[in-house]
Amino acid sequence: MTWLRTLVITLVARPLAMLMTGASVTGREHLPVKGPAIVAANHTSHVDTLLLLSIFPARAVAKVRPAAAADYFLKDPVIGWFSRNIIGIVPVARDKVRSDGEDVLRPALEALGRGEIVVVFPEGTRGDAEEMSRLKNGVARLAEAFPDAPVTPVWIQGAGRVLPKGEVVPVPMTCAVLAGPPIHWEGRRTPFMDALRDGLLALKAQAPPLRWS
Amino acid sequence: MLDTVRDFFAAQPPVLLWALAGVLALLTVAGLTARGLTLANPGKDYRELNTRITSWWVMIALLAGALLAGWQATTALFALISFVALREFLSLAPTRREDRLIILAAYLSIPVSYFCIVIDKYAIFLVIVPVYAFLLTPFLMASFGQTKGYLSRVAMFHWGMMSCVYNIGYVPFLMRVPDAEAPAGAAGLVLLLLIATEFNDVAQYVWGKTLGRRKIVPTVSPNKTWEGFIGGWLSTAALIWAIGPLLSPLSGVGLAVVAISLPLAGFAGDVTMSAIKRDIGVKDTSGLIPGHGGLLDRIDSLTFAAPLFFHLLAFFAVEKF
Repeated sequence: MTWLRTLVITLVARPLAMLMTGASVTGREHLPVKGPAIVAANHTSHVDTLLLLSIFPARAVAKVRPAAAADYFLKDPVIGWFSRNIIGIVPVARDKVRSDGEDVLRPALEALGRGEIVVVFPEGTRGDAEEMSRLKNGVARLAEAFPDAPVTPVWIQGAGRVLPKGEVVPVPMTCAVLAGPPIHWEGRRTPFMDALRDGLLALKAQAPPLRWS
Repeated sequence: MLDTVRDFFAAQPPVLLWALAGVLALLTVAGLTARGLTLANPGKDYRELNTRITSWWVMIALLAGALLAGWQATTALFALISFVALREFLSLAPTRREDRLIILAAYLSIPVSYFCIVIDKYAIFLVIVPVYAFLLTPFLMASFGQTKGYLSRVAMFHWGMMSCVYNIGYVPFLMRVPDAEAPAGAAGLVLLLLIATEFNDVAQYVWGKTLGRRKIVPTVSPNKTWEGFIGGWLSTAALIWAIGPLLSPLSGVGLAVVAISLPLAGFAGDVTMSAIKRDIGVKDTSGLIPGHGGLLDRIDSLTFAAPLFFHLLAFFAVEKF
């Protein structure tokens, strides 16, 4: 199935991303091409996932696994199949917080164990384009389990305009993807999360003004 | 297979092939100069210059390929160019979330306008965007009940469609000029327009760099100078006077008017787009073309030069339009 996924991403997702968003990337050299690696991005739209799949070189695309909410993406059987096999998500069961003792991050940890590149959205859900929400700690847990895995912050500007939360019709608008220098797990959660937040905000400051007026 | 290639090139007007060869030669010289500079000054960073030249190669390859392939390929290429330009413009202009459906409608003006080019109906092409898209857009906005900042938003959409869709559409329409009316074929006309417009940009820059002193529009474009403007104007006028008769049916008064006015139109397009960028607060319209900026940055002179060139050609030399 991996070959089908790589084919669809290279021949469909990437041209679609270029058509819909222009998909300009700065800081491409910071993107990991082999795992285990973590990419942490801000989240404003489903287009974020499309963009993140399109910016990796073909040889790395097979290893890219976006973390996605299991309750949202695996609900419907068709979307579920598509999410698992074509988008290649690692499901995160957001609703099963502590009910049966199972670690909600287990699929993500297993992916990292297989040497894959896990893409997470630390805000947890699609948020406001201008204000970054409080970052959730899941990414710190992943980094703690794999301290050698680089955590690359990525800021996506403008995706919220192509397909805002709640809309169905996508509208082509320019988006910019900015990748910054990776941070590493140094042993403590708060400095790590602060460094991640600072990294994302620094990238946001460099982003072109692609926002609603 | 080699026969097909040979026949293909034999079918093209020789002047056209010479002109393309000239452009390629110029690009090769530029590339070699850049290489030479890199070797001579190992300390200095010439990455930007090299990226710029590589991007030029790609752009010229795409354009030359489309021109040689015919009017269909050229129309398709410019429809894509219009789309990307309009997307860049609407992404930077002060649009609001409520405008999303109007933005979608604005993109629809591209297939409408380009369809007129495909079916070769100049009279419809001439009015459908400037008059009918112009009337429809504010009506749609009013129907959706959006009246906040109404006039300026209507103007913004109209400007985008005129500049990116309508004006650029004149370039592929040039390809519908019958070959009998042009010494180097319809492609020769397009080539003349593009060479003159790009040469003007480059000449202004070179003259500005060597002699530039008095600024010409400092609040809009701090790098432009009177010396650059006049130098570019005279050089481009001379170029058009020299190669115009080879690539187009222009001569005498017609050629003189084009030679004098086309560089001015190119400058006007550049300055107008710079004013818009300054208002929004950006330097480049996007990061699409490495070393150059956005697509709109590259075609801003063309948005003014293309209609002027077309209309002057139609007035002085081409019977079809």
